[in-house]
Amino acid sequence: MTKDELIEKLKGIIAPYIQDEAAFANLNEDTDFVKDLKINSANLVDIILDIEDEFDIRLENEDMEKMLDVKSAMAIVNAKLEA
Amino acid sequence: MNNNRVVITGLGVVAPNGVGLSDFIEALKQGKSGISFHQELADLKFSCQIGGIPTISDELKSKYFTDLQLRGFNSSGILYGCIAGIDAWKDAGFDSNPDSELDYDTGLIFGTGTSGVEKFREAIYKLDEGQVRRLGSTVVLQTMASGVSAYLSGMLGFGNQVTTNSSACTTGTEAVLMGFERIQNGKAKRMLVGSCSDHGPYVWGGFDAMRVMTYKHNDSPEEASRPMSATASGFVPGSGAGALVLESLESALERGAKIYAEVLGGEVNSGGQRQGGTLTAPNAEAVQRCITKAIQNSGVSSNDINVINGHLTATTKDGLEIENWTKALHRNGGNFPYINSTKSMVGHCLAAAGAIECVASVIQLNEQFVAPNINCEDLHPDIEDIVNREQIPTEKLNLNFDVIAKASFGFGDVNACVVFKKFN
Repeated sequence: MTKDELIEKLKGIIAPYIQDEAAFANLNEDTDFVKDLKINSANLVDIILDIEDEFDIRLENEDMEKMLDVKSAMAIVNAKLEA
Repeated sequence: MNNNRVVITGLGVVAPNGVGLSDFIEALKQGKSGISFHQELADLKFSCQIGGIPTISDELKSKYFTDLQLRGFNSSGILYGCIAGIDAWKDAGFDSNPDSELDYDTGLIFGTGTSGVEKFREAIYKLDEGQVRRLGSTVVLQTMASGVSAYLSGMLGFGNQVTTNSSACTTGTEAVLMGFERIQNGKAKRMLVGSCSDHGPYVWGGFDAMRVMTYKHNDSPEEASRPMSATASGFVPGSGAGALVLESLESALERGAKIYAEVLGGEVNSGGQRQGGTLTAPNAEAVQRCITKAIQNSGVSSNDINVINGHLTATTKDGLEIENWTKALHRNGGNFPYINSTKSMVGHCLAAAGAIECVASVIQLNEQFVAPNINCEDLHPDIEDIVNREQIPTEKLNLNFDVIAKASFGFGDVNACVVFKKFN
C-alpha cells in the first residue's frame, strides 16, 4: 500500500469522529487526532477498533498509547502489516 | 418562609400511542391504544407477547443525535429520554445548541429504572468471549443509570444539579417533586424533570416471570390494558419517556413564557413494607398518608380535587387503590373526583410511567378534558361499590376544572403524589 493509499484509508476511518472540519480537510502526516481534529479522547479507542477491523490486525495497549497522530498511526499499521 | 411558586412551561413526551406533544394530545383525546403484538416476545416464549413501544424513525433520531452519537448506540431509554427532554426544553421557548453558554440556573433530574439493557447484553456477550478490549467507548455511558442525564445535560448545557433518580414506578412523579422542591427553595430557576424506560424482553422478562403481565390478550393487544375493569388480568408492559420544564413563576413571567399549569405541591413517602406492605404490595395506610399530605402541602382541601390520574395498572390492586383514594379524600360514590388511568392506552411504562402520566395530567388540565378510560366498559364491581360509574369516564369528557392529582406507586412500597393547578 502506498503512503497516499494508507492516508486515504485512515481518513475514511477517522471521519466519523472528527470535530474540526477545516483541520480534517487539510489532514496530513503531522495532524494530531486530539489537538487538531478535536476528536474526543474517549473515541480514540473506537478508532483503534475500526483500524483493527479495516486492516485485520490487532493493536495492543502500547500501540494505542503511541497512536496520537496520523504519522504514528501509519507507522504502527505498516509495522503490523509487515509482521 | 417565602417559597418560590413553580409553574410548568414546557412538555415533551415519547409514548407508545404518540411521539411528540401534538400526537400524544390527539391520542389522549381519541383514546388511542399504543399496544401491539411483538413477535420477538413470542419467539422468546413470553406469556405476555404484547407491549407498548414508541415508533421512532431513523430520520427522527437524526434530528436529536449526531451520527457519531448514534454509532454503537443501543439504549432505547436514553433515546426516548433525550427526545422528550429536548422537546420539552424547546417547547418552553429555548433552543438546543451545542455551543450555548453554560446555564447555571437550570438543572436536570431525569429518572430511570435501568439503562441501556440491550447495550449491556451486547457487552456481556463480548466480555464473556474474552473481548473486553473490543467493547468500544460508550458501554459505560449507555448503561450507567445516569446515562440519560449525562446525554441530555450535554446537549442542553445545564450547569445546575444534574442527576438521575430511581424509585421503580414512582420514578417520574418523584423527579417532578424533586425538581419542584429545588426551585421552591431557590436553588434553581428551572429544572428539566422526567423519566424514561427501555423497551424489550430484557426489561420486561422479570415481570413476565412474576406472572403480573396479562397473557390473555395476545390476539387483541389494544384491548389488553384494562385498568379498573372486571376483566383486568395484569398489566401490559410499556416504554418511553416524559419530560417537563419546571420554572419559578418569577422567571416564567419575566420572560413571558407560556404557562401550562402550576405545581402546587406533593408528597413522597414509603410504606416501609410494614402493615401489609411488601416489596411488591403497598402499605395502604402509607398510600393514604401520601395523598393526604400531598393535598395539605398543596394548600388545598380534598374537595378541591376535581380529577385524579391514578397509578391503576390493571392488576388486582386497582380496587385497593380506589379504596385508598376514597379514604384519603373522604369522598366516595358520586362525590368522588373523576379518575382515569393513562395506562389503558400506553400500558405500564414502568420507570417512565410517572413522567408520561404527569405530562398527560398537565395536558388534560391545560386543555380542560378528562381522557377516556379505554377497556373499562365492564367496571369492576368492587370499584362500582364505592365510586359511581360516571366518575370513571370511558369516553372523552370536556370539563372545566382547576385541580388534578397524580399519584404513582412502586415496587419497594414507595409512593408519590403531586397536585397540579390551572394557572390563573
